[in-house]
Amino acid sequence: MADFVMPSLGADMEEGTVIRWLVKPGDEVRRGQIVAEVETEKADMEIEIFQDGVIDELIANEGDTVPVGGLLARVQAAGEARAVPEQEPPAEAPTAAEEATPEEAPQPADEGEPAAAKAETPGDGATPTEREPAPKPAVEATPAPPAKPQEAAERRRVTPSARKLAAELGVDPDTVRGTGVDGAVRRADIEQAATRGPAVAAPTEGRARVSPYARKKASELGVDLGQVTGSGPGGAITADDVQRAAAVPGAKAKPGPAPADKPAEPQEPPAEPETDRAAARTAARQRVIANLMERSKREIPHYYLGHTVDLSRAMQWLQEENQQRPVPERLLYSVLLMKAVAAAVPSVPEVNGNYEDGAFQPWTTVNLGVAVSLRDGGLVTPAVQDAGNKSLEELMRDLRDLVQRARTGKLRAAEMSNATITVTNLGDQGVESVQGVIYPPQVAIVGFGKVIERPWAEQGMVGVRPTITATLAADHRVSNGHRGGLFLAAIDRLLQEPTKL
Amino acid sequence: MTADEARNVIIQAMREVAPEVDLGSVPPEADLREELDIDSMDFLNFIVGLHEKTGIDVPEEDYEHFATLQGAIDYVVRRSGAAA
Repeated sequence: MADFVMPSLGADMEEGTVIRWLVKPGDEVRRGQIVAEVETEKADMEIEIFQDGVIDELIANEGDTVPVGGLLARVQAAGEARAVPEQEPPAEAPTAAEEATPEEAPQPADEGEPAAAKAETPGDGATPTEREPAPKPAVEATPAPPAKPQEAAERRRVTPSARKLAAELGVDPDTVRGTGVDGAVRRADIEQAATRGPAVAAPTEGRARVSPYARKKASELGVDLGQVTGSGPGGAITADDVQRAAAVPGAKAKPGPAPADKPAEPQEPPAEPETDRAAARTAARQRVIANLMERSKREIPHYYLGHTVDLSRAMQWLQEENQQRPVPERLLYSVLLMKAVAAAVPSVPEVNGNYEDGAFQPWTTVNLGVAVSLRDGGLVTPAVQDAGNKSLEELMRDLRDLVQRARTGKLRAAEMSNATITVTNLGDQGVESVQGVIYPPQVAIVGFGKVIERPWAEQGMVGVRPTITATLAADHRVSNGHRGGLFLAAIDRLLQEPTKL
Repeated sequence: MTADEARNVIIQAMREVAPEVDLGSVPPEADLREELDIDSMDFLNFIVGLHEKTGIDVPEEDYEHFATLQGAIDYVVRRSGAAA
């Protein structure tokens, strides 16, 4: 019989509340299976089990708050009994293939030549396929099966720089799952642990969602959202709810449509209004992001480049393509951009990888971090795994899935842990040009702005064409402007041949 | 489809994309993307949902009709082939 305990899901976590069990006694579980949803101070998250077996008993009830390491359930282990507690945090979800949704499964390993390489001529003759990362990252395209907890615990090693960073960020390195060689905890793992909060911060059950419009209205009307009962789906607070709450005489701090079973204690304000809690969570998450970005600007000598791309061919191709596709299978132009970035990496491999312990570790696989904004203002950057070897359809599917899960608190730690380069697209917000801040330990971030029609001269003729400004912020310790310029040029070149993407 | 029916189905489709948004409180002529803070992915998912509920296939060149709630209602009514 083994214990399944509350894992540590990141920095500052001391306890978690079981929101929902997804299994019951008697259920057979497999390693990597999501078995419960847990709410922490900073995040709602799904937790996995790390062994095969049968649920013997659920010790914690839904709603119970359990300290890290506290007993959640007992598991009858498959085969020989284990006595070692399940204390390994789910730093990656490589066994997600065992779950119900095939899209969530990590892509199979493929160290082979990226499909994109066909369109590129390596600038320095060293293609990624010829390179191997010096210390091979443990979370390559092949999501290595999670080490058995006891094994991982035995051999967990923390690199000196990771330990130093852990101290700076307030992360207990012993609770972080290492993705380095032999499970070593690297700086990236610490950073991931520190930023894990925002990754899953979207509210779920038990915490009312509030539309931006309703929030704005509440602010205007002086309504405490914590006192408003939501009537929207899943208890979401709508502007109508706010309006109703405001209309109740002298009840701006009371529920609008007061449930009959609520006690009438008008003068007793809640210990912690929802607005305060939400504000605290937002502030905490922003602090984590700020710490990381501050470190980035302090340690990484950024250089910035911009390159305007004629998108007429790509947009024309996309339009024709989407006309032939059923509505659910349409592609967004941002997927073409993502594919172009991933496909351009082989020509300038020094933009893809991690800079750690004073050295650059290039990656052969492109795990493309995608900046996703949350509705409450948060920002997460989950990674599309092995983007260079995926078709546009696969990228679209993955992007849709990541965005949806990012906004519903269903991201997994693995998706937040191994990006090798990030793309941010602020075109929807009308931004023309993005000067990004590199996510350590990555060494580059590509930004895209809005698609804008501009006069465009070509072969002596001026016409109006859809254009986009692609920018690169890259690490001068690893590359220089010349190479960065080649990278942007490669992205441009690829976008001129959309049929090859 | 009447205007009310179109409005209801639009609200349903939008709620599936962004459950917390409240189209009922958005002025008919307000910019939907700005009011609801939705992006391209949200919008595409909304169009997919609308298609599933009404069978209306909104081509990309018609997306501009969905800039406002009223524009969306008018479009759905027109495409559904019934008088408002």
